[in-house]
Amino acid sequence: MGMKRAAVFATAAAFAFTLTACGKEGTPTASGDSNASGAAVSDTCKPSGATFTADSAAAVAGSTTFDKIKSANKVVVGVKFDQPNLGYKDTSGKRCGFDIEIAQYVASKLGIDPAKIEYKEIPSANRETAIKGGEVDYYVGTYSITDKRKADIAFAGPYFVAGQDLLVRKDESAITGKDTLKGKKVCSATGSTPIQRVKDEKLTEPENIVEFKTYSECVSQLLDKKVDAVTTDDAILKGYAAQNSTDLKVVGKPFSTEKYGIGLPHDDKALRDYVNTQLEAAFKDGTWQKIYDGTLGRSGSPATAPAVERY
Amino acid sequence: MTEFLNVLTDHWSLFGQGFGNTVKLFLIAGVGCLVLGVLLGAFRVSPIPALRWFGATYVNIVRNTPLTLVFAFLVFAAPKLDVNFDYFTAAAVALTVYTAAFICEVVRSGVNTVAPGQAEAARALGLSFGQVLLEVVLPQALRAMVPPLMSVMIAMLKNTTVAAGFSVVEAGAIPAYMAEFGEPQFYVLLWIAIGFLVLITPLVLLQRVLERKLAVAR
Repeated sequence: MGMKRAAVFATAAAFAFTLTACGKEGTPTASGDSNASGAAVSDTCKPSGATFTADSAAAVAGSTTFDKIKSANKVVVGVKFDQPNLGYKDTSGKRCGFDIEIAQYVASKLGIDPAKIEYKEIPSANRETAIKGGEVDYYVGTYSITDKRKADIAFAGPYFVAGQDLLVRKDESAITGKDTLKGKKVCSATGSTPIQRVKDEKLTEPENIVEFKTYSECVSQLLDKKVDAVTTDDAILKGYAAQNSTDLKVVGKPFSTEKYGIGLPHDDKALRDYVNTQLEAAFKDGTWQKIYDGTLGRSGSPATAPAVERY
Repeated sequence: MTEFLNVLTDHWSLFGQGFGNTVKLFLIAGVGCLVLGVLLGAFRVSPIPALRWFGATYVNIVRNTPLTLVFAFLVFAAPKLDVNFDYFTAAAVALTVYTAAFICEVVRSGVNTVAPGQAEAARALGLSFGQVLLEVVLPQALRAMVPPLMSVMIAMLKNTTVAAGFSVVEAGAIPAYMAEFGEPQFYVLLWIAIGFLVLITPLVLLQRVLERKLAVAR
């Protein structure tokens, strides 16, 4: 009982903190939730070890975004902050993860020292608006390339290919893939593509669909046995599994293909071509592999660089 | 303009489901908080010190707690104590518990507008506390209670949007869906604002009717 009470207070405290963070950052978080079960969770950011030096000779002819970056001598990058090993900010304020390092790599190739990046935490729902409104110069954060989004913004990449998968409790044996979800409670982010796929393909009953604003909240509900599975891209799920490997596991049977791209202003083709060229260089010279191995790769599953799709 | 209209017509079922849940939540929590609020209000004006103390403590604790925290407690903390609600029930309970504190204060201030002589006269006639309250004081207090009561109800209707963050698909959850569909956020939010205006209008009309009905010549 004492333990339980302590856990309740910890959760309440985490939420009190969450609320203040909300006011400041404009986006919700649920840091510490996955901690509630008492398992050891590593929160401190560890960089992959890849180094990025600003390319002072960088030039992108005909790119208005590049001119803006160059004259301001800084770049504003939209990121996520609550996805372990992808786009994450630890309690000391340090940022790390696969997406963050890809963003740093791109910044260095635009002639900006990665230390001078101004990060903006933009929730999924506001990404197109932020890019269209010039609030960020580019966006790197599990941003799936879709034709619909291409009408509003442009994508460089893909720089990673993910797929929708399931995160379950370690002792779960009944859930082995997407067709074993009937009668099970499934959680994902409100209105997100993964949860809409679950609805559209009727993988579980409508009353068993659970939606929270963040995946961390879903993971907390999973640990409390209020839901049976959390579903979204495997890259995100692996991040949580790596953080809490004693209680969680990823099923490992992806049932979709999500190509992550770098979100860029719609009409800046010069910048898009340039970023694509730089990504290809990173795929070839081993930089990409080094970033992956030092971040997401720590979950134990290997990956290879995808091919850039120019358009 | 057609783009603006299409945002609604293309996603009719989503808006219907969202606002349907909003109304459902509002009606359930509305009845719940009125009952609980009047009861707490009666506690606060009762002759029994323990009940007065309970009413005052409830109001001071709940009224000073952010609604999001009340939700978070029921959804994230309660399961750790093996208290489990489904998400819709949790939302209805959170809204009821929270709004009742405000209703209680409305009831108390309404009671305070009734001249003490009224209650004294009723007691002199031999009426019990319950009779004094329900048959003499509250009917007269209602007149002063209507405007603040409606303000509290309107605030509660809008507060239902907090439930979107706790797995209830109501009006507040619509923007997240629409963003995924790639619909322009500005139009989506405008439609939601219009939706709330439509829902609140009957409450405003009800307030006007009640005020007219309860008015007395002074």
